[in-house]
Amino acid sequence: MTNNIAEIFNDLKKNKGALIGLIIIIFFVFLAFFGPMLSPFSESELSQHLLQDPFWGSKYNANHLLGTDDVGRDTLSRLLYGSRVSLFIGVFVTILSGFIGTLLGLLAGYFGGTVDKIIMRMIDILMALPSILLAIVVVSILGPGLVNAIIAVAIVSIPSFTRIVRAGVIDEKQKQYVQAAKTFGTPTTQIIFKEILPNCTAPLIIQTTLCFSDGILNAAALSFLGLGAQPPTAEWGIMLSDARSFIESSPWLVTLPGLCILIVVLSFNLLGDGLRDALDPRLKKGK
Amino acid sequence: MLTYIFKRILNLIPTLFGVTVVAFILIRLVPGDPVMLLLGERGADPAVYAEMKQNLGLDQPLLIQYKKFITNALQGDLGTSLISKRKVSEEFIGRFGATLELGMAALLFAVLLGIPIGVIAALKRNSLIDYFLMGTSLVGYSMPIFWWGIILILIFSVTLGLTPVSGRISVMFEVDRITGFMLIDSLFSEDGIDAFHSAAKSIILPAVAMGTIPLAVTARMTRSSMLEVLGQDYIRTAKAKGTPVLKIVFIHALRNALIPIITVLGLMFGSIITGAILTETIFSWPGIGKWIVASINARDYPVIQGGILVIATMVITINFIVDLVYAWANPRMRGGLK
Repeated sequence: MTNNIAEIFNDLKKNKGALIGLIIIIFFVFLAFFGPMLSPFSESELSQHLLQDPFWGSKYNANHLLGTDDVGRDTLSRLLYGSRVSLFIGVFVTILSGFIGTLLGLLAGYFGGTVDKIIMRMIDILMALPSILLAIVVVSILGPGLVNAIIAVAIVSIPSFTRIVRAGVIDEKQKQYVQAAKTFGTPTTQIIFKEILPNCTAPLIIQTTLCFSDGILNAAALSFLGLGAQPPTAEWGIMLSDARSFIESSPWLVTLPGLCILIVVLSFNLLGDGLRDALDPRLKKGK
Repeated sequence: MLTYIFKRILNLIPTLFGVTVVAFILIRLVPGDPVMLLLGERGADPAVYAEMKQNLGLDQPLLIQYKKFITNALQGDLGTSLISKRKVSEEFIGRFGATLELGMAALLFAVLLGIPIGVIAALKRNSLIDYFLMGTSLVGYSMPIFWWGIILILIFSVTLGLTPVSGRISVMFEVDRITGFMLIDSLFSEDGIDAFHSAAKSIILPAVAMGTIPLAVTARMTRSSMLEVLGQDYIRTAKAKGTPVLKIVFIHALRNALIPIITVLGLMFGSIITGAILTETIFSWPGIGKWIVASINARDYPVIQGGILVIATMVITINFIVDLVYAWANPRMRGGLK
């Protein structure tokens, strides 16, 4: 399963979907970094123009390209600020769950026996609880808020990392290079992290992409239920749930933040699909 | 096969036990005192408070509380809701019909559309139609359903006025509970077909919202499963023999491609419950999802505990059955899974 980066990138370039996904992701990261400089107003700046339409609507105010919400905040600015929150959520959920999940997977796969049994039992229990339900319970213990929502969503995302890494380790550890390293007396930690882990990266990269999109989606759902980031933070899930009451008078207010979530999640899934095609040798032969 | 089943059941026990411990402990970690919540504005006279706590059994040590919870749960008694004072099991069954009905409608939508989409995409592999269908499926798969539900309401209820915004049936109709399925019960009500019409209109939007992700998964799975089967020797033989294409697709290929599709759908049960939580909240659908969210907000310990336990048990059981079916259909799997 050793793939060099250039080869992966070459395969990716051929996959139009993955390329589109990657371009949107780069654009999204760009907006998250430079959003505050680009946005005409701050995320919480109020104006007298309430519930204005976007520029294609009839009740349009030239100062607010995408309209305003019920207290006169500029929608475009809030969407731009929201991209930062979503990127922040995606990055931290992925780091947190990826780190813990991978570590557990390495331990379970390498040591087997009782260690494996205990870890996998815990993972089974986590997987038996529907993700949003578990996240809701975790958030109600820790209290609502952005950081706690990230922790909750990260916990929910641990099992897939653990299972993928464990399967990879079980496969790799029987191979000769690992046996050789053992006979040379290489320390166990070095065998795990320097010999085995680098050979399990392909499925891990795919999982990371998918975790990013799942993380953003789940965190937005929590915010929508009032358990994630708290107002007045400009977060897409909150904007969506705030706008629900104005669905008849200002339909765009509820449409735009959801569209942003959809586009970002879709772009990560496009990239994930492309990576899977590029990294999975079985699929390659089929083409 | 029997040893395999026995081994799997032995493996289930610690997981189920773990779920009960997790449900029990997690709920007690949630801040907020249910006794205070119940006493509410009447204030907390220490004597009243102590008496109430005793009545609820919350003054006993945790281990005793857990033992009581487990013994009762094994007998089908999940305790009494702190808020409604009714048995959790009764309340669960009362609401389960609504969730099951919605879930079945959503799955029906997913399968009836998803399998044909997947088959067409596989047959027209790498054509524009294939790209369009799979692109749309990926959009569906990425859908934030809490937003999708609102957009459906915006289009079909608010703008077009075709469907109601929320609930299972119009308040005009009085329907007695017989099966718990509104679509069936409404037919037995006084207004018969009119009531059924109202119930049918009410279920469409939430079913579509909840079924969108399963639809996308079914379509994608059907396509890849069909592609695998279509590439096999016996299909080539059938083609060489001049068997009509439709017969090849439906009699030979699809039947064999169905096993992985059913497996994936079975394993999706957990995400369907997740879908139920969000969909029911948006559409005010009086099912399990909405009930559990409300109970968490109200710190209704027995309800959350019982709800989590029942849902987790269902997920574990369904996964177990799916595994068995898979092992039965695919003998090679039996040795590998321990």
